[in-house]
Amino acid sequence: MAEPRVIIVGAGPAGVRAAEVLVASGVRPVVIDEGRRDGGQIYRRQPEGFTRGYDSLYGTEADRALSLHETFDGLKDKIDYRPDTLVWNISQGRVWTNANGRVDDLEYDALLLCTGATDRVMPVKGWQYAGVFSLGASQVALKSQAVSIGRRVVFMGSGPLLYLVASQYVKAGANVVAVLDTAPFFARIKALPKLLAEPGVLWNGIMLTRMLQKSGVRLMTGVKPREILGDPETGVSSLQFEAGGKIHEIACDAVAMGHHLRPETQLADLARCAFRFDSVTRQWLPVVDADGRSSVDGVYLAGDGARILGARSAEASGQLAAMTLLSDMGVAASDRWALRQAVANYARFATGLAEAFPWPHEQIADLADDVVLCRCEGVTVGEMRRVDASEANRAKAFNRVGMGRCQGRYCGLAGAEVLAAARDLPIEAIGRLRGQAPVKPISVGVAEDEA
Amino acid sequence: MNGRFTRLAETDRPTVNIIVDGQPVQAMVGDTLMVAMLSSGASLRSAEFGPEKRAGFCLMGACQDCWVWTADGGRLRACSTPVENGQQISTSQPEVTWPNHG
Ligand SMILES: Cc1cc2nc3c(=O)[nH]c(=O)nc-3n(C[C@H](O)[C@H](O)[C@H](O)COP(=O)(O)OP(=O)(O)OC[C@H]3O[C@@H](n4cnc5c(N)ncnc54)[C@H](O)[C@@H]3O)c2cc1C
Ligand code: FES
Repeated sequence: MAEPRVIIVGAGPAGVRAAEVLVASGVRPVVIDEGRRDGGQIYRRQPEGFTRGYDSLYGTEADRALSLHETFDGLKDKIDYRPDTLVWNISQGRVWTNANGRVDDLEYDALLLCTGATDRVMPVKGWQYAGVFSLGASQVALKSQAVSIGRRVVFMGSGPLLYLVASQYVKAGANVVAVLDTAPFFARIKALPKLLAEPGVLWNGIMLTRMLQKSGVRLMTGVKPREILGDPETGVSSLQFEAGGKIHEIACDAVAMGHHLRPETQLADLARCAFRFDSVTRQWLPVVDADGRSSVDGVYLAGDGARILGARSAEASGQLAAMTLLSDMGVAASDRWALRQAVANYARFATGLAEAFPWPHEQIADLADDVVLCRCEGVTVGEMRRVDASEANRAKAFNRVGMGRCQGRYCGLAGAEVLAAARDLPIEAIGRLRGQAPVKPISVGVAEDEA
Repeated sequence: MNGRFTRLAETDRPTVNIIVDGQPVQAMVGDTLMVAMLSSGASLRSAEFGPEKRAGFCLMGACQDCWVWTADGGRLRACSTPVENGQQISTSQPEVTWPNHG
């Protein structure tokens, strides 16, 4: 058989480890990433010319980061690497790319999607003001540009990344005024048995919290956000919230908000992969078997783009999916048992995290009518409640929630919660916003030329 | 206010100069356009559907809240575009008609 044409989308930990496995079996994959450099999110590389060391950039994960970067550097002349290139559509067995306005389409025999995740966010009154950023954004600012998003920064939301990024800010010398967690503390205790599936990661998390406490950062749990106050011209000035039966207000000029992550699944959707509802995270996820196969022949999924299991699992699931792909194509068979076990263990840990730091869907159902739900086009929670529809895509046709610049990435999940509560329906009955091409806006002319 | 962003490290890089809405802005080699603009200013653009100024949201190319424009009307995503010496940036979309392609 001719050498199989394999395309990997994403050069984060999942994509890099998958490419390594393929190259070891003599396959030369195309590796496409929108970023200028490899590494993906957690192992994001700083621009050339920056001098901070691995310890300062990646902390406890410095060795893993170095190993991943060195692996990829060693693979570069054995793969067809296309950085700075967006995959904006998948159709007719082809991947459609755009690199600075240059459009290309590539046929494949097998496609491995390692597209990673973006922040899951809960709307809060005033979150449209300048100075409110996603939690991931606050980390990108520090890691890849060595800046803090403000002079007085509040971290608000829930999940392990909240504490991780806050501690990275403190270490880098930024002024963190508070870390406000919507999850009650007892949720962590209840989730402990599952969190013990990864004792090392759990320990790192405990140490982070201690470090924040020692640095005098105000840490509060069981928080209910009320309002980000500010001025249309100058942006955020303070944050109001409830905790312990009292209303608090903290002066700040930046808020980083995030409730863990959501997978980037638009490409899997365009490749016609089936989805299932995951009741633990209250999200729709692409169906993937224990070996990384999607529901579509020849399409494989790995890393956080399939399911949020974290960076270590991304490496394992990338290897696993690549091995499965090779074996399905008759190129090379290998024993995948250990990797399967590892991914299953990360999944147990991830369930623990979802229970310890839950998505506060009751708080979202409770948001006031005048809260902006869609930041792109200023659509309010009230407009969503009044829409003449009970299904996400129909609602979008009326009120455009999911049709704006972010294409539903930052409003879709919260919008579904608002609609479900208003109609007294279970969240899965609302459905999910379908992925549409182009998955991100591309320069004028490109989409039309190729339509 | 001064800049929204504060620099915490990597401050001995060579500087570059750009023009934002006709005003000179100093930045550093390796900055994104967003960091260049928010290290000396409070926002990137005005919202289309509300009264407030915007300063981006995701910094990873996913939200498109950070669009600014070149002098000839080209759209740039400030969070993923590296700064270039002499760049001329407009924080509102210039009144330029797109050339019809084809
Ligand atoms: C901002 C952010 C910060 C994070 N920080 C941490 C952290 O500090 N610690 C931690 O344990 N976990 C962190 N995570 C979780 C993180 O997602 C995983 O730990 C890990 O990076 C997942 O690896 P991955 O290979 O699945 O995806 P990623 O590392 O996210 O890589 C996905 C890659 O796919 C590319 N891509 C996606 N769509 C397309 C497309 N259409 N066309 C072309 N390229 C595309 C992206 O550019 C990206 O490089 C973070 C997540 C985010 C979003
Ligand atoms: S800030 Fe989200 S795309 Fe630039």
